Amino acid sequence: MQIYVCVKHVPDTAARITVVGGSGFAETCKFIVNPYDEYAVEEAVQLVKRNGGEVVLVTVGKESAVSSMRSALAMGADRGILVKTDAQFLDSALTAQALKKAIAQDGTADMIFCGRQSIDSEGMQTPFRLAQAFGMAVVTDVVALSVNENQAIAEHDIGGGATEVLQIQLPCVIGANRGLNDPPYPKLPQVLRAKKKEIKQVDIADLGLDLSFPLTEIIKLEAVPERGKAKIFEGSTRESVEQLVKALKEEEKIL
Amino acid sequence: MFKAGIWIETGENGVKEANFGVITAARGHGDAEIHAFVLDGNADAYQDALQSYGVQKIVSLGTDGGDLSSKPDLQAAALAEAVNHFEITAFLGLSSARGRDLLARVAALMDAPLVQDCIGIDLSSQTVSKSHFSGKTVATVKINANPFVCSVRPNTIEAQIAPCQCELIEYRASVQDPGKLAVKEIEKSRTGAVDLTEANIIITGGYPIGAAENYNLLQQCADVLGAAVGASRAAVDAGYAPHSMQIGQTGKTVSPKLYIGCGLSGSVQHFAGMKTSKVIVAINTDAEAPIFEKCDYGIIGDLFEVVPVLTQVLREQKS
Ligand SMILES: Cc1cc2nc3c(=O)[nH]c(=O)nc-3n(C[C@H](O)[C@H](O)[C@H](O)COP(=O)(O)OP(=O)(O)OC[C@H]3O[C@@H](n4cnc5c(N)ncnc54)[C@H](O)[C@@H]3O)c2cc1C
Repeated sequence: MQIYVCVKHVPDTAARITVVGGSGFAETCKFIVNPYDEYAVEEAVQLVKRNGGEVVLVTVGKESAVSSMRSALAMGADRGILVKTDAQFLDSALTAQALKKAIAQDGTADMIFCGRQSIDSEGMQTPFRLAQAFGMAVVTDVVALSVNENQAIAEHDIGGGATEVLQIQLPCVIGANRGLNDPPYPKLPQVLRAKKKEIKQVDIADLGLDLSFPLTEIIKLEAVPERGKAKIFEGSTRESVEQLVKALKEEEKIL
Repeated sequence: MFKAGIWIETGENGVKEANFGVITAARGHGDAEIHAFVLDGNADAYQDALQSYGVQKIVSLGTDGGDLSSKPDLQAAALAEAVNHFEITAFLGLSSARGRDLLARVAALMDAPLVQDCIGIDLSSQTVSKSHFSGKTVATVKINANPFVCSVRPNTIEAQIAPCQCELIEYRASVQDPGKLAVKEIEKSRTGAVDLTEANIIITGGYPIGAAENYNLLQQCADVLGAAVGASRAAVDAGYAPHSMQIGQTGKTVSPKLYIGCGLSGSVQHFAGMKTSKVIVAINTDAEAPIFEKCDYGIIGDLFEVVPVLTQVLREQKS
């Protein structure tokens, strides 16, 4: 199987985000592989282990994204393609077009994996746009997957405690969610081997895309202030609970 | 005239409450004409509810390609055609699991701009706001093309009544299913459970809950409150709760009016999923727990003592 996995280089979940210049942020914080993309990589690696083939990472990002690509290569992917841009935030439609070009130039995908969303810009649409560009079927938020010769069965949560089971024709795009698998931490030999794996770099400007008209653009980024300290209710358990309920009723008018 | 279209999410109990906030958001554009798109064939049953929030036209969508119910791509194709046919500029819907999926399919099909999970919408200037970095920042996003698609985070825009008379329209889209994707079955694991992402009140148990059965304690309280029950990742990883109950960075994003966290340390990653709740209450044994530094009300105490008393007090006050 020829499997492509789209991986994004994003600030760590615990990183402090400092807004700079009104619509950007200080990129000096720690960056990681987008957590959902790790489930995507692991699933692809397991599929290739069982069926043979190759796992190719595709990243649209800055040159610094190479560090996250190395981490994902250590998880067992074979090689990577970095589509270089100079912006952390690129319109999702352009990202999908760039991913599509990079994949189509490289080979013929049997499956394409993505994470269900990136944790920085939270676009929640790349898998759909990518599938549209290739004329493939797509399912995201996937928590269970089985793949046969020409079809896959995928499960995802649809809210209210219900799960939907879908049948998808291959080739297809899958958006991974937490629960799909449990990626192990790469061991040192895998990390060392990953350093030698190929990462091909292409400039986004060389893909022949029209970059001059983004469908959406970020015009402002603002830090959200944390709430202050809690008002603590004192007294016996019963007393504090009664004060809480009173506050929720009379001050907050919720109950 | 500016026309806004809204995909109406329906369930066993008809139109989901959270849709009314989306309709209200669409009305924010002074003179928008509001269309509601209904896919389940029961449009007439929803007329009273929809017109009381200002929907002027209800479009009941069907297709030449047969039954819509188990074909996500056919639904999307029908909606995309209807958006064109009715000359909709802004196409909106709920950012629920279904909404995000369906709206992304429609946007991809139309090659239209899409912003998911909006927490604010200004249709006149075509700008929306949404969380970036899991709630650490809010981004204002300018939408540069028409028509465009936005999903709205449930409960972030308060529904306001605006009664009007609406017209019922049947529309049959001439689209076929590409035949590459079909829903095989739907498994209900917890019947009647209040949907976390749409709940007005959520009570969450963290790692100290200690066992799956102990969530019953929270469920009893939730039953009195009409609340949904959530879990932290630490509790999910320990096997006390299914992933579908997880709230946070790698779980669900919720925005209820009231969030009661029991035995939660207050991690950045958990807050990523519930920060936009209106009121946050913490119950924690440790007076120094980080959660008390960033919530509204707190009780220092053991959840196993405090929650049953809370349930009791709420019951007493109800009767
Ligand atoms: C990439 C990544 C993604 C993550 N995604 C998520 C996510 O989506 N959701 C999420 O929740 N976490 C997530 N986490 C994990 C997160 O960092 C925390 O580890 C987790 O939220 C802690 O869960 P907790 O608060 O339930 O447990 P703990 O951290 O163990 O805290 C328990 C708290 O309860 C108090 N306590 C103990 N006993 C009692 C008692 N009997 N009654 C009352 N209070 C008591 C303690 O004082 C403590 O403050 C993620 C982490 C990473 C690295």
